[in-house]
Amino acid sequence: MDLDALTHTSGEWLRATGPDSDIVMSSRIRLARNLADYPFPNRASDAVRADIEQLLRGEIAKSPAGKKLQYVQIDALETLDRQFLVERQLISRELSENHGQRGVGISPEENVSLMVNEEDHLRMQVLRSGFALEECWRDIDAIDDAIESSVTYAFSEQFGYLTACPTNVGTGIRVSVLLHLPGLVMTKEIQKVFQALQKIGLAVRGLYGEGSQAMGDFYQISNQATLGKGEEQIIKTIKDVIPNILAYERKVRTTLVQENRQNLHDQVSRALGNLKHARQISSEETMHLLSSVRMGINLGLIHDLEIPTLNELFIHTQPAHLQKLRHERMETAERNAARADYIRQRLTVPPSTN
Amino acid sequence: MKKCGRCAKPAVLHITEIRHGEVQALHLCESCAKEYLNESEAGGPPPDDDADLGTGEIGESSEAGDSDDSVVPACPQCGITFKEFRKQGRLGCPHDYTAFQDELLPLLENIHGETQHVGKVPKRAPKASQHQFRLIRLRNQLKAAVDEEMYEEAARLRDEIQGLEAEAGSGNSP
Ligand SMILES: [Zn+2]
Ligand SMILES: [Zn+2]
Repeated sequence: MDLDALTHTSGEWLRATGPDSDIVMSSRIRLARNLADYPFPNRASDAVRADIEQLLRGEIAKSPAGKKLQYVQIDALETLDRQFLVERQLISRELSENHGQRGVGISPEENVSLMVNEEDHLRMQVLRSGFALEECWRDIDAIDDAIESSVTYAFSEQFGYLTACPTNVGTGIRVSVLLHLPGLVMTKEIQKVFQALQKIGLAVRGLYGEGSQAMGDFYQISNQATLGKGEEQIIKTIKDVIPNILAYERKVRTTLVQENRQNLHDQVSRALGNLKHARQISSEETMHLLSSVRMGINLGLIHDLEIPTLNELFIHTQPAHLQKLRHERMETAERNAARADYIRQRLTVPPSTN
Repeated sequence: MKKCGRCAKPAVLHITEIRHGEVQALHLCESCAKEYLNESEAGGPPPDDDADLGTGEIGESSEAGDSDDSVVPACPQCGITFKEFRKQGRLGCPHDYTAFQDELLPLLENIHGETQHVGKVPKRAPKASQHQFRLIRLRNQLKAAVDEEMYEEAARLRDEIQGLEAEAGSGNSP
């Protein structure tokens, strides 16, 4: 896979084509699976890791979905390239930072990624634009079946699919949706949403930040328990609650426009102005301003920009992307200048047709 | 409004059931209803001391001594100790779920609120386990029905579970 070519494209899930994609950036389902008869990656010797990788890589290649996937050997990549894949949501930090033989199979649309020798032997994920959990499940379930037809997974009748961490055991499923909630953040209603979600056993995490503060008003909502509930039931819990959050965010936005149109219009226009004219800009400020502009587009306050361009900027303005684009290593200050250049160019020149 | 037959709270569940050949009408409040419906779940394996009545003296030594948490033996397959697992938060191999079952159960209960898998099963799983899974699924539905206060549905599921249990003919209760 030519990673440099990817710097000019973006994953299908960023195209904002899915249902409710004004608020739901993406839907994702991942499954954790392990081979019976092998230690988990963290306790496997380098030789055993190599065996596991070879075995699973072969099985992935044989499966119907696998035929379309490009396999990338992660341990052969430089740090920058690994970071680049993390920023694109194609691999996890864990896979990037782990050691020993490991890899990932990625579909050309960047919506399927099968990681080998992550925390578990196999971590499979399907990503889609908008609110599309059922489609995610259909795809990942089929991929899982295909691989399971030729390998023996570690499974017990009592505990289900056995995983390295007991927090994933059972179904091994993590169902998540990534929501853009600037209205609820602005009106400080977001805390209520968190509390309501926690009550029904769902976790809320900010997207890019390490701490609790979400950058760019993005929040990932996912299930916590994986044991004792079926996959459909877990999916349904999230599927049922999301429309309420969407309605809440939309209601808050409408009220904001009705009561404060002038202020809001000013705020989103200034955000766009700063992005268009800044000469140096941090990642954090970029996220913040992009979030404002994204909401401005959705509210019809900003006209000459499209959501997919904004979505792409969230990804392409991150450190490894900028450095790959420039083909050079850059310190923070240089990156801030390069970021400002890149954004300016993307927002003033009409996007190339691709 | 009728009062609960076991305590004084208002009754929400009204069942008529036949027990030991007698028709009984039951009126239960929410919390007693949960307890009542869970009784069928708990009725699985008979308590150990009953089963061992005849051979009590032989089996005494082995099992009981090990439950001292500090001396759980290491996993025979990957060599990890329970202490190491607690330190790093990752298990060493799939067999650890068997090797440390007693220690893991409270942990799993804590994390998931459940300790029995329901959901997808590898297609190549032995046929014999299908019956078991059906029971598990029904018990889960029963719990959900109770939680959602769908008591008629719960009573129906409870009957179905008892039917399946009888059919299996294992672990007879008095
Ligand atoms: Zn009562
Ligand atoms: Zn082990």
